[in-house]
Amino acid sequence: MNAFLTLYRRELALAWGRGGGALLACGFYAGVATLVPLAVGPDAERLGAVGPGVAWMALALSALLSLERLYERDFEDGTLDLLALGPVPLAVVALAKGLAQWTAGGLPLAVVAPVAAMVLGAPVTLAPLTFAAALVGGLGFAMVGGMGAALALGARRGGVLIAVVVLPLFCPPVIFGAGAIEAVAQGMDWTSGFALLAAYSLGALALCPFATAAAIRNALS
Amino acid sequence: MSLRYGGGDPQRAELTRDGETPPEKPDLAAVGPLAVSPASMFGLANPQRFMSATRRLPAALGVLAAVLFAAGAWLSFTAPEDYQQGDTVRIMFVHVPAAWMSLAVYAALGGTSFFSLVFRHALADAAARAAAPIGAAFTALALATGSLWGRPMWGTWWEWDARLTSVLVLFLFYVGYMALRASIDDEQKAGRAAAVLALAGLVNLPIVKFSVDWWNTLHQPASVFRADGPAMTADLLTPLLVMGLAYTVFFTALWIVSIRAEINQRRANALALRAAGGA
Repeated sequence: MNAFLTLYRRELALAWGRGGGALLACGFYAGVATLVPLAVGPDAERLGAVGPGVAWMALALSALLSLERLYERDFEDGTLDLLALGPVPLAVVALAKGLAQWTAGGLPLAVVAPVAAMVLGAPVTLAPLTFAAALVGGLGFAMVGGMGAALALGARRGGVLIAVVVLPLFCPPVIFGAGAIEAVAQGMDWTSGFALLAAYSLGALALCPFATAAAIRNALS
Repeated sequence: MSLRYGGGDPQRAELTRDGETPPEKPDLAAVGPLAVSPASMFGLANPQRFMSATRRLPAALGVLAAVLFAAGAWLSFTAPEDYQQGDTVRIMFVHVPAAWMSLAVYAALGGTSFFSLVFRHALADAAARAAAPIGAAFTALALATGSLWGRPMWGTWWEWDARLTSVLVLFLFYVGYMALRASIDDEQKAGRAAAVLALAGLVNLPIVKFSVDWWNTLHQPASVFRADGPAMTADLLTPLLVMGLAYTVFFTALWIVSIRAEINQRRANALALRAAGGA
């Protein structure tokens, strides 16, 4: 447990501190959100219809940003070798990394997401749910994304590859998250979508560390 | 490497024939190490035996597939017109088996990936690698013919219908698998990473299918033509099943050809490496 916390703190410091960290993801998110009215047109009715959905799509894209650095740097400087030799199982290392990624990237994005959705014309009443859904979905994005990042270790053009590998796996959370918000906007029951989103994220939390560990072990072999 | 087999065992011969590559490049001992893996309890898991057993098979299966395709085409064109869809119903005989195959090949990809990951089995890895482009081609065919069928029937080339969407995601899974495989230089590492991805995809496919269905009922699309109005009659079902069989045999022939090519290439690589090391 102690080792886990130490690892988590290290990953958090790295994810938060180096290379812009949270600011970078939020800046990217804001940039994508700004492009939407420029592409769709400033008409409030039209924007309001696509706003919440586009906010979710931008969230999935922003989650991809920091994935390339997640394992690649540790792989190059040998940290990953040390972690693999150490007493902590690799799956736990993957778990710590994923959770730190979630805290450093997913949490700030979840704070920005409702703001972006409102700017794009979503009603204020949707803000709490947008925040909660972005936070829960961010966990799934971080865990699945971590698996993609570990699979791409040692590959040429890792960044694009991670996106191609991971984006199809992001379909369910995008559907459930955007679906829950859409349901509220239409005055329907939002709990089923939100519960399915939470189920996806928890399932990813349980399964992805093992796949990630297998991928790391393969890359180190 | 520990050998569990006696000296006269053909698997040992296999090991000494192909397994001797320079020790600093163990990853290219492609065909050798599997001879001692637990999966060699399946007779054909030995590449040597696989190669000799399947030498004539692709040609025979190819002829069989051609005959079945000819019969299927004949039945397809002589089948009566559908009272609603007219002649366009014949697209079904090309489209539906392709959609079946897109799923069946992904199942084969997942199964062989499992064997290659758990038993470190080079033949299973070759089979997985060979299956991916063929499956992607079937999926693309299903999407293309579906689009061609949708134009006269639904009045649109593409409809964000639950089935179309999930087949599109399946196609993206194939693309991701091939992209990952292609961008890692080390063959063995690429194979294992891709196997992990294929298994993750296998777990995710039902989730994607479910989520897309859920999404589609949420959005309640404009009323779409329903193909399943009347239960299918025998004169339509027979050509469909014959075509399905033809596709299956055709896939098997292609798969075996492709696996054989893969094994031959690995042997050529191993030989080239040995020649380079021995010079």
